[in-house]
Amino acid sequence: MTDLTSLGVKDIRDGVAKGDFTAREVAESFNAAVAEAASLNAFIVTTPDHALAAADKVDAARAAGETLGKMAGVPIGMKDLFATHGVQTTAASHILEGFTPRYESTVSQKLWDAGAGMLGKLNLDQFAMGSSNETSYFGNVTSPWKKAGSNAAMSPGGSSGGSSAAVAARIAPAATGTDTGGSIRQPAAFTGICGIKPTYGRCSRWGIVAFASSLDQAGPMARSVEDCAIMLGAMAGFDPKDATSLQMDVPDWEAALSSDLRGKKVGIPREYRMEGTDQAILDSWEQGKAWLKDAGAEIVDVSLPHTKYALPAYYIVAPAEASSNLARYDGVRYGLRDLPDGVGLQDMYAATRAAGFGDEVKRRILIGTYVLSAGFYDAYYTQAQKVRALVARDFARAFEECDVILAPTTPTASFPLGSMNEDPLTMYLNDVFAVPASLAGLPAMSVPATINADGLPLGLQLVGRPFDEQGVLNAGLAIQQRAGFTAKPEKWW
Amino acid sequence: MSVDKATVAKIASLARIRMDDAALEQMVPELNGILQWVEQLGEVDVTGIEPMAAVIPNTLRLRDDVVDADPLTGGGKRDDVLANAPAAEHGFFGVPKVIE
Repeated sequence: MTDLTSLGVKDIRDGVAKGDFTAREVAESFNAAVAEAASLNAFIVTTPDHALAAADKVDAARAAGETLGKMAGVPIGMKDLFATHGVQTTAASHILEGFTPRYESTVSQKLWDAGAGMLGKLNLDQFAMGSSNETSYFGNVTSPWKKAGSNAAMSPGGSSGGSSAAVAARIAPAATGTDTGGSIRQPAAFTGICGIKPTYGRCSRWGIVAFASSLDQAGPMARSVEDCAIMLGAMAGFDPKDATSLQMDVPDWEAALSSDLRGKKVGIPREYRMEGTDQAILDSWEQGKAWLKDAGAEIVDVSLPHTKYALPAYYIVAPAEASSNLARYDGVRYGLRDLPDGVGLQDMYAATRAAGFGDEVKRRILIGTYVLSAGFYDAYYTQAQKVRALVARDFARAFEECDVILAPTTPTASFPLGSMNEDPLTMYLNDVFAVPASLAGLPAMSVPATINADGLPLGLQLVGRPFDEQGVLNAGLAIQQRAGFTAKPEKWW
Repeated sequence: MSVDKATVAKIASLARIRMDDAALEQMVPELNGILQWVEQLGEVDVTGIEPMAAVIPNTLRLRDDVVDADPLTGGGKRDDVLANAPAAEHGFFGVPKVIE
């Protein structure tokens, strides 16, 4: 029999529906693979019973002849930023350690309703703040990939690093991610998998631990474009509990997948040709153009003149929103409380937050507090929001000349854990190509393109018009079919 | 603009994060590095540009004016709300004495 852990979402769902294997067999295989892979530290907690219970429900429904859901029989990893009923939800922080929600996030509930089960809660950068998965209170996640000729532990990217590592290591067929400034696409690129951030508002934010609310979007991470299309279809949809939820129908992305790009124009933004980008990444970008041309698309040059200002604008807007969102962690209502002897309420807040937040989280709260403080608000925050409007206008103008934009996902391949910690700024720069689409709320996806001379994966990014996830997925499919990316990490764990 | 130790201490106090001298000393150059880097936003000509308020145009909806319109977010959930509190007592959140 096939090794069930080699299968993706579509093959599992179809195999269970046809009766080639049972959902329980699938769940048992993945539970075992998860248990063997503890050295990756991809999971903060594992939930084998959840996966088995969901699988048994699917097997019973099939036996009873009921219609099965879109994700029926597929056990997935859940980023530990989604509130899960009765299962610890930490955002990889000490301040939320032990927090056990009495409710379920909308996105996770929709996945369970579609027949998926949960293998466990996936590690991430603390409060999704980081690009290497080194800020988690529960330890670094190690990528399953190794650089050729080296045994150094590599970064799985961040913040959805547990998700990317688990999917790349075949210990989960798919996982949820969230993307505030590249946190789905950058880890997907680092680990040779696919990940899509939909248009802002497609997936409900209700029950997702908030980082920067005007940017946060959930999305799927999986090993193929088809799997992402299926899972996004299960995650998306209007939710009255999220004030920014899009009140529009969810298209059947899976059914409309087509890699025929005749009549489509693909824009190449000239400002993305930046200093410091690896030559191998530039080469893969050229290759990507050729693939899309081969799929029938016309390649056109476009300009996004404010690209270089997107990242600094992001590092004002996102910390500003974070400083406000994270004000809720006060040691009163949930999570950690540090109450030194004889102190009052204000000192309890300050002690709790000092003990509960990691360094990167504190840094961002302080930056956010500063740029929102009296006397500095206009110079920093208002200016950044104006620049953000210009970044969005750049995209709107570019999309008058093209249907989808092709760019690299990251300026480099994955790097060894611990190699980028000298200065917080160098780490921030890894998201330089991912952040503009986040600021503009656009659907954007990373698909694996090739491996570099070190044997590490490189990704290509597609950015679409608002609500045009289909255009992004279709261009991604055209690349997937031509790239023939079959490389996978050799098992060492 | 740059910050000194006193300013960082003020920000930390506004953010309710206790920081000792060593932590403040370490944070000063890190914050200055970031602030100097975002300074480049000042170069951008933003004449006539409105600051972005919503990334995807959307209007605020009103829900039906009924009690517990959505049972998930409706009332009557005291036990659920208190379930994760570090010190819940008599149906309330417990906090250290506030008034002397």
